[in-house]
Amino acid sequence: MSKLSQLYQQLIIDHCKKPRNFGKPEHCTHHCEGHNPLCGDNISLYLEVDEEDIVQNIKFEGSGCSISQASASMMTQSLKGKSKEEALQIFEEFQGMIMGNLDPEIEENKLGKLAVFSGVKEYPSRVKCAILAWHAFNGAINSDGKEVSTEE
Amino acid sequence: MLTQAKTHNLNIQLIREEFPILQTKVRDKTPLVYLDNAATTQKPRAVIESINRFYSEQNGTVRRGVYFLSEQATASFEEARQTIANFINAPKSSEIIFTKGCTESINLVAQCFGAAFLQENDEVIISALEHHANIVPWQMACAQRKAKLKVISINQNGEIDLENFESLLTERVKIVAVSHISNALGSINPIKEIIQKAHKFNIPVLIDGAQAVPHCKIDVQDLDCDFYAFSGHKVYGPTGIGVLYGKTKYLEKMPPYQGGGDMIETVTFEKTTYAPLPAKFEAGTPAIAEAIGLAVAMNYLQTIGLDKIEIYEKQLLNYATDKMQEIPELKIIGNACQKASLISFVLEGVHPHDIGTILDQEFGIAVRAGHHCAQPVMKFFKVPATTRASFSFYNTYTEIDSLIAGIKHILEVFK
Repeated sequence: MSKLSQLYQQLIIDHCKKPRNFGKPEHCTHHCEGHNPLCGDNISLYLEVDEEDIVQNIKFEGSGCSISQASASMMTQSLKGKSKEEALQIFEEFQGMIMGNLDPEIEENKLGKLAVFSGVKEYPSRVKCAILAWHAFNGAINSDGKEVSTEE
Repeated sequence: MLTQAKTHNLNIQLIREEFPILQTKVRDKTPLVYLDNAATTQKPRAVIESINRFYSEQNGTVRRGVYFLSEQATASFEEARQTIANFINAPKSSEIIFTKGCTESINLVAQCFGAAFLQENDEVIISALEHHANIVPWQMACAQRKAKLKVISINQNGEIDLENFESLLTERVKIVAVSHISNALGSINPIKEIIQKAHKFNIPVLIDGAQAVPHCKIDVQDLDCDFYAFSGHKVYGPTGIGVLYGKTKYLEKMPPYQGGGDMIETVTFEKTTYAPLPAKFEAGTPAIAEAIGLAVAMNYLQTIGLDKIEIYEKQLLNYATDKMQEIPELKIIGNACQKASLISFVLEGVHPHDIGTILDQEFGIAVRAGHHCAQPVMKFFKVPATTRASFSFYNTYTEIDSLIAGIKHILEVFK
């Protein structure tokens, strides 16, 4: 498979065209806006975290390229039902993978389907697209409520 | 369509051989198809060699040393200034100020013209088509002087509304700053009319010529503009060098831009007197090799002939426009009657960054994807970003065919 088809896999195209968990929920406990000023991608992320720190619900709204939209969509699927601790571990692993510091085929990890984004590491200009939703998640769960930007 | 009938007589293959980078492959795989000429142009061998020659044989600082190298460097540097003055038909080489780029040229005028002429409640006019480099410096100058920024509106084709412009002209307006050609849409603006109308109110006009100098012959005396700014790297010259042409009557009344060496006549701790034009605006050691390289680029363009370049690039534009209009999912943004060889477009259901990445990876095609430093233009057309293909005289019909094939492939991937 060429590097490009690794990046634009059917799974990514599918999530881009039909994003899962898209929309604004009626209730949320945590919220964060993410913005990539270089290309104008933006995301609003909403979380409902219960008293035991479990992510009960997670939804997003936003617009941007296929990588940013698919990454947000698949992130919501992956993190729903996870504990805060587990979710942050997946965030670390996802970040490691797209920065080229973690090879999901060799090292043990909890990424599952998210490994589809491993091709992003070949495209330095697109890493920020893939990480935007995750930064928003990190900002939301740590609940400082401030807008996050890929340029900080 | 009259221009279609004209012939350019250019041997594109021979021209391409003059540009070493056009012989390279992207990631050792696909031959480079460079269609981002509005961002920067590639350099002909003559320019590259001139820089090598300067550092190998002539390197010395200008206007200072009394030794051979410095005298040689000073002579070449001032000769470059004269070449550039001739290229845009400036009356005097002392009206050519070297800067580090078009952005600095505009900032220089915004700051120094602003300091001399702009007061509280005065107005500055720009257009809705401007690059950030012709917006932000004026916002800064207006904020400093408590002046107001007025914006000429555009129509849905991306053309300046001249009636709206006229309605903005009052005695409060101290300067008008507009682009010759829009970097985001390619619209060629009616700058001669704009200048004439402004001059009726004795208002000087700055033209941002970054996108125009590579594509058409510029005659600042015929235009009668008061300032004309452009960058070296967009006219086949080096980065780090730009030009500001300004009429002496304004330049003399403006305070210096930066203080330092070279821009002074005498310095005591009580008082400094400034050097005459152009040195007054050129503090510190300038980009000497780059200025010489830019002059070589201008000589190269003149050898080819800007009239021929204009004819051929117009043909490339028409060819690409026709091919793109055959793709139903593709929409061209900016349909001005007068357009330079640049097409901004959007594809239904595909973000410009995905287009840019796939064109690069699969086809070796370099295009720009983004807001083109013209966010107000994007907002006007209600798009977050566009993909922009911009053509040079070294581009070919075959390269445009590759672009069209690439676009059709992308539509398949996202089907």
